[in-house]
Amino acid sequence: MVQSRLGWRRAQLVARRDESPTAVTLVLGVPGWPGHLAGQHVDVRLTAADGYSTQRSYSLAAPDHGARVELTVQVVTDGEVSPFLARDLAVGDPVELRGPVGGWFVWRPGQPQRALLLAGGSGVVPLMAMVRARHESGSAAPMHLVYSVRTPTDVFYAEELRQRSDQDYGLRVTVVHTREAPAGAERAAHRLDAADLAALVWPEADDVLTFVCGPTAFVDAVSDALVSLGYDAGAIRTERYG
Amino acid sequence: MDIVTPGFRGRARDSSQHLPPGQYLVHDFPVLSAGPTPYVDTDEWAFTVTTETGERRTWSWRDLMALPQETPTVDLHCVTKWSKLATTWRGVSLDVLLEDVESAADFVLARSYGGYTTNLPLEDLLDGQAWIVHEFDGEPLAPAHGGPARLLVPHLYLWKSAKWVNGLDLLTDDEPGFWEQLGYHEYGDPWREQRYAGD
Repeated sequence: MVQSRLGWRRAQLVARRDESPTAVTLVLGVPGWPGHLAGQHVDVRLTAADGYSTQRSYSLAAPDHGARVELTVQVVTDGEVSPFLARDLAVGDPVELRGPVGGWFVWRPGQPQRALLLAGGSGVVPLMAMVRARHESGSAAPMHLVYSVRTPTDVFYAEELRQRSDQDYGLRVTVVHTREAPAGAERAAHRLDAADLAALVWPEADDVLTFVCGPTAFVDAVSDALVSLGYDAGAIRTERYG
Repeated sequence: MDIVTPGFRGRARDSSQHLPPGQYLVHDFPVLSAGPTPYVDTDEWAFTVTTETGERRTWSWRDLMALPQETPTVDLHCVTKWSKLATTWRGVSLDVLLEDVESAADFVLARSYGGYTTNLPLEDLLDGQAWIVHEFDGEPLAPAHGGPARLLVPHLYLWKSAKWVNGLDLLTDDEPGFWEQLGYHEYGDPWREQRYAGD
């Protein structure tokens, strides 16, 4: 099979939205964008005036909307690229984009199975694309997003997630806190563990599409716990940040 | 001509750091894998080479340890853009493991515990280019990094260095592996930036 090369495309910043004190959603216009699936990512290339260039990968935060793509960028302290994208890139400025990349960690609107999404911190980005894809497609497939954050201010897409879980039949959103829980919360702040998961996730594990995304320690702890609860290791799809 | 992003300067250029195009240097050791980490006991570990005629040769952990060991120091290049330089490993050269295997195959499909696969030309595993490694940085290889043993083919992007490897199928016809079926490049040479199909 001859596959055409994923070429670099010129993208332009159209708008930005703050998601947390350290994360920003960038809305980019990308003429000729070929479309993508929820869960996929893109490569971003930045080139300096002296010709130096560097690349990073970012998850797509929204489903396919034609020539508009959204990335949510978490600022990495001392990072070379993320602080620039999040703070310095101005509306109208160009960057280069290549993608979509990744055909494994994807949710398709036609899939009728229950979907369990487990997010650690900024790992919520590709999973939010799945929540949004489910909403926009009118899918009735049961979906449960379990979203682990350090503190209440670290929640990305907070208002939209509240709205989605209120309005989208069959969607459940659970936010758990690892460092600081909101006032009055029943669950004291701690890392998501096997006991939490046993109480939260579907006990009948066969036929659940499971997506786990976050830092390595989160992904390892959560996927090991799911396997111990009887989830099929081969049906758990993971994406790790570092 | 690349498109210049106004105001982007990037890090200080260090001409002594010679990296493949599009890669950046890391000093930690990131973990990437498509599913949960399999935990394989060395008592149960086995590595099997299956030729195109169906002939099989299997090594236990004890067999592997009894073979001549090498300690390659190599640079790693991950398709997700990070590179890690001068990593030290310990393991057995594929030249040793394949020495007595009779085969006319040109291709290999590496198989792993957990179901992962990746394909390579057989010649890329020979002549001191590839190892089955079981120690990293002087310590037993951790499960997250592919322990108890992984394939190490450092001249190709790291997804070719299958973690948790448990066998090689020697094939007359090339057969795409896990990522190769999902849009990643057949061969994956970092110096030619062969990340995705068609690169």
